[in-house]
Amino acid sequence: MRNLAIVLAILVTYRGVRADDWRQFRGNDSSGISTETNLPTKLDDPKSLAWKAPLPGRGLSGPIIVGDRIFLTASSGYRDDALHVLCFSCATGQKLWQRTFHATGRTVCNEVMCMATPQPCSDGERIYCYYSCNDVVCLDLDGNLVWYRGLGLDYPNVSSSLGMSSSPVVVDGTVVLQLDTDSDSFVAGLNALTGETRWKIAQGRSAIWSSPVVYRPSVAVKPQVIVHAKNALVSLDPATGKENWKVDQPGAKIPSTTVARNILLSPLGQLTALRPLGTTGTPERLWSEARLSPDNPTPVAYQDRVYVFKGSVLTCADLATGKTAWQLRLKCQGAYSSPVAGNDHIYLADENGILQTVRLGGKKGEVASRLDLGERIMCTPALAGGAFYVRSDQHLWKFADATPDQIAH
Amino acid sequence: MPVFRSHADDTRPQIETVLQVEKEGAGHAAAVAAVKALEAQPPSALLPLLQAMDQANPLAANWLRGAFEAVADRNAKQSNSLPVDDLEKFLLDRNHAAQPRQAAFDLLVRLDPKADDRLVPGMIDDPCPEFRRAAVQRLIDAAAKASEAKDAAKSKSLYQQAFAAARDPDQLDLTFDELTKLGEKPDLKRQLGLLSDWWVIGPFDHRKGIGFDVAYPPEKEIDLKKKYGGMLGEVAWTHLESDDRHGIVDLNKLLARHKGAIVYAYREFESEKAQPAEIRLGTPNGWKLWVNGQLAFAHEEYHLLTQMDQYPTRVMLHPGTNRFLLKICQNEQTEDWAQDWQFQVRVCAPTGAAVLPKDAKAAPGSAGG
Repeated sequence: MRNLAIVLAILVTYRGVRADDWRQFRGNDSSGISTETNLPTKLDDPKSLAWKAPLPGRGLSGPIIVGDRIFLTASSGYRDDALHVLCFSCATGQKLWQRTFHATGRTVCNEVMCMATPQPCSDGERIYCYYSCNDVVCLDLDGNLVWYRGLGLDYPNVSSSLGMSSSPVVVDGTVVLQLDTDSDSFVAGLNALTGETRWKIAQGRSAIWSSPVVYRPSVAVKPQVIVHAKNALVSLDPATGKENWKVDQPGAKIPSTTVARNILLSPLGQLTALRPLGTTGTPERLWSEARLSPDNPTPVAYQDRVYVFKGSVLTCADLATGKTAWQLRLKCQGAYSSPVAGNDHIYLADENGILQTVRLGGKKGEVASRLDLGERIMCTPALAGGAFYVRSDQHLWKFADATPDQIAH
Repeated sequence: MPVFRSHADDTRPQIETVLQVEKEGAGHAAAVAAVKALEAQPPSALLPLLQAMDQANPLAANWLRGAFEAVADRNAKQSNSLPVDDLEKFLLDRNHAAQPRQAAFDLLVRLDPKADDRLVPGMIDDPCPEFRRAAVQRLIDAAAKASEAKDAAKSKSLYQQAFAAARDPDQLDLTFDELTKLGEKPDLKRQLGLLSDWWVIGPFDHRKGIGFDVAYPPEKEIDLKKKYGGMLGEVAWTHLESDDRHGIVDLNKLLARHKGAIVYAYREFESEKAQPAEIRLGTPNGWKLWVNGQLAFAHEEYHLLTQMDQYPTRVMLHPGTNRFLLKICQNEQTEDWAQDWQFQVRVCAPTGAAVLPKDAKAAPGSAGG
């Protein structure tokens, strides 16, 4: 009986790992794509808005989705020192819980940014929230604190007056964070269960706002974490921080590397396609293309094409060669949000709150829908559970096809 | 015996463990288990958790707040199970630290949104910056309403109260402007604790970024009568006073426009007593700060941003004369937006109240801090 009770308890509390989770910046595998085929594509159809929920503070961080819950960070207060972690129901948009902490690091940043700029990440059991003031919070999915680190207290000179934006990743029990500033820089791996430092590697002094990405083309190979350093693209072993390989070429400071199956698309001046040769040796360079050099948004690769959203122009190029296939000028302004893709569409959000979907598959992309949310959007959206999620300055929004059983989780 | 029973003695071992949390992950492994046990406690643990936050370092305070919110959240639907009266008593006792009082306030307002109206007006002289700010904002809003109603006397009186109580630069700026329009002469610099006059010497060489870690003569001695070899020849100490509203010392304007250059700025500060203070610096340039000959902090970044209170550095002021030395480094960027070479300093208590030098003159019509 006792064993049965334990099994039942496990069944009640277990939240299975779902392929349609969206657990970090630009999705589970840092690709920015979803394989789901029931994603909404007509965002301007009023029936597609499932719900919107008010937020207690600003944020440039996008939502992450684990099972039937959405997790989001926000910050508020005159000093922007109230750090919030929020949990919502995917089905209803109801806020399930909120936690608030007090920033322990410096909270100065550019007025466009705020402390809740980096996106949280999750391993399916816990969420890891990193803020611009270098506070790191780990909570379980029910909002119980697991641990709290103040990297701003530990390393007060690792601080940028513009703000920090690099989103962490969690790999096999290690939370990897990149803190690169003009005054001091490092990449660190924290024990996901305790927050203790597993490793810390000094980086060259240079402000970098891009995020580490996880490269793991199959579960059979060791994962690699790819980071942009001052003068190189570097692959690290997330368990030890040991360098696997590096490409000695300065990279972009804001957009991140994109993972396209076994290829890395890195903004190294020109957008460069690299094929790593395992964990040793310099990756094979497939092509470099100046015309695809990204601005703030990170490119996305989808169905053998790569898409770069720069200014108001969406450029489509061949993933194998980098050769431009078409360009589409859109009615929008520049974006901080990175494009995401799924269900044969590219999803775009500009700074002014214009959402657009672009239908793919023809000779050239076509705008499938356009919706003005009327609020600034600085985050990268999420695609999960048959839905499109985005956060604006004041709200979290869910769009899904109108069929009730497609909305419900 | 109830399944859950908690009072201060029950939670003390776990709280003690959490209080051991320190920088760089120290004490974390033990604290993970302790905070989990605390989060499972009944509402009677809420007060012990708040009281523990009083003694906690900033990091441990967040661990305890996590436990506090988890316990409160689990029991919030049965608000009669929560010790509301005790929470309010804790909140209103200003001897407690700002963070646990804020946690108590947030919970009380969550349970009763009208508590805000009841509690905030009495917080106009509260040491907690957020409470005081909220109360000041109510005065500002009331003053604006009185102004709209053409009641100039009431409006002026309310703005005067707000100016005297405010500590945040935006509220001080707004009330200063309104009072000036009403014919008053409030002393904004004094209320902000700005230090606008400095002895300055330079330029010293910082071409190709070499000078940040070079100890030029002012780092070795302060003698305001001495002259030294500088980047372009002999340099001497000069007394500068900023006439900027916010005490910005514009080196390009007051000294000369130089690139790849360093100046040192020195002044003395008479403190009435030994007291903790924050020297709050704003600069778009690389900088170092020494207080009484000790390096307090150094940070090298250029032209990312500048604003008031950009870099708060906690120091301990001695009674009597304190010596502040700043090193302000200008790089050689050529972009239009990378030309500023300036600094701004104010001295505040950790609560945000201006700390004035003993010899500071009170301007006519100025309000006390």
